[in-house]
Amino acid sequence: MRTKKTTPYLYMLPGCAMVLVFVYIPVIANCVYSFFRLSSYSAGMKFVGLDNYIRFFHNESLGIMLRNNLLYCVISLIVQVGFGTVIALLLESKLASSRFRNAFRNIYYIPALISLTAVGLMFTFIYEPNLGLLNSAFKALGLTSMTQSWLGDSKIAIYCIIAMSQWQYTGYITLLMVVAFQNVSPDYIEAASIDGAGPVRRAISVVLPLAKEQLLVCSIITVIGAFKLFTEVYSTTAGGPGNSTQVLGLFLYQNAFLHDDLGMAAVTGVFIFVITMVLSVIQLKVSRSGEV
Amino acid sequence: MKKHTILKILLNAFFVILALIILLPMAWMILNSLKTNQELFRDSLALPAAPQFKNWINAWNQGLYKYFGNSLIVSGSSLIGILIFSSFLAYGLTRFKAKGSGIIFLVVLGGMALSEQVALVPLYKMLKAVHLYNTYWAVILPYIAFRIPFTVFLMRSYFISIPKELEEAAVVDGYNSFQIFTKIIVPISKPIFASCAIVCLNHVWNEFLFANVFLESKKLMTIPIGLMTFKGDLRADYVTMLAGIIIASLPMIILFLCMSKQFVRGLTAGAVKG
Repeated sequence: MRTKKTTPYLYMLPGCAMVLVFVYIPVIANCVYSFFRLSSYSAGMKFVGLDNYIRFFHNESLGIMLRNNLLYCVISLIVQVGFGTVIALLLESKLASSRFRNAFRNIYYIPALISLTAVGLMFTFIYEPNLGLLNSAFKALGLTSMTQSWLGDSKIAIYCIIAMSQWQYTGYITLLMVVAFQNVSPDYIEAASIDGAGPVRRAISVVLPLAKEQLLVCSIITVIGAFKLFTEVYSTTAGGPGNSTQVLGLFLYQNAFLHDDLGMAAVTGVFIFVITMVLSVIQLKVSRSGEV
Repeated sequence: MKKHTILKILLNAFFVILALIILLPMAWMILNSLKTNQELFRDSLALPAAPQFKNWINAWNQGLYKYFGNSLIVSGSSLIGILIFSSFLAYGLTRFKAKGSGIIFLVVLGGMALSEQVALVPLYKMLKAVHLYNTYWAVILPYIAFRIPFTVFLMRSYFISIPKELEEAAVVDGYNSFQIFTKIIVPISKPIFASCAIVCLNHVWNEFLFANVFLESKKLMTIPIGLMTFKGDLRADYVTMLAGIIIASLPMIILFLCMSKQFVRGLTAGAVKG
């Protein structure tokens, strides 16, 4: 095609500019901010060196936050990515009802379309000790001993929030994996069955390896999501009872907009950034190491 | 043969149980949104004596209609911006063999790994400094920027699969690059545009963090923030609250159910082939 050399770059420019101005520059600015003391209400900033970092690492809730974010991450990897992928495999298997498999897939995806705040408020009702769905159902079944104060119990509140997220996002991963499995060429599967591989064998040694990239994308999305966790906690327990459901994302928000400690918020941002980067790189490396 | 049938029944029963786990909490919400508050407090599992559709009307009139309008404006403008910027970018990346497009793609894709939290404080300061804070632009611009990387990722793999011959024929007809884009690339790529639109709309319609921080006045609030203020405004009026949650969730669910076929088809065509 006869086009000027600059033409392709003109098409790329607006999008690239948006990403640079509103994504990259703020992220870099955040790293700079982490060495300053600054407030939302004034423009001035004072260099404090590593002071914000020292305060962050001496913070007593750091351990609780790390534990909660890690719990969320590990459980989500097992349930959403692990179990979600198994459901996708089963939906694409010959045993699934061909008339209803799309309906099942769509139903599982519905929760991912509801806003996090709506799901948060909805589960606040479901977990409500007096009239909530869970306790009402246990009482109706005569299992009064199973009733709990759920979100009001500092030992189990974080698990209640994690359970809510599994309800919401497992179907999302399932859909992404179904898409990947549909792209696996039937020739490979046929070749494997001619070689005498059963359905389980075919799934493990043919279908899954061919959908590896999508699986990697899913697990990276899930891990990043676990460390930027915010709305789920904000809309249900707001970190309580006590400090038991505190997470990094909420800590950042509270420092920035409740305690007006933007430096501390910036350090938290840097910390989230480093963790998600390191974990993403590890996942990329692990997935590559399997290649011959 | 018999073993096969038993397995089939068991598996599909399992699918039904999973579907119930997803649907029962929602059904319970709808059920209770049609009760009076007294009925809800008496027994949240019982059926209402008479369905109270007025709860839904109340929720709408209590302010939900305003939040709805704001969400429409914000989501609509963001979506248009996302699709235009991303498709231009993906077009420039894929159809010209431009030098450095590999690096540009990696930089854009890298944006996917940067989360909103990390940019939150500087964006807030930036928007205040240029007086965009507490306007629709304060959320529209970041929404567009943060959705470009993933949308480019999806569109790029679709554009690559379009045969080169189509373009060559168009060049013979005297089309310039912009005409090729609007008359050939965009019409062929409808499925991927549809998929991207749903993915982005779902994200933008439901976004909470930016909207919560960058929009201060109630006049501008989008639905997710509106629901949180609803919680404060309504206190013990649970049934209206429940009705509000349902109204807020319906648009995306309906849109998805209407477009689920195109959605999956677009994603499948755009996904990496195995």
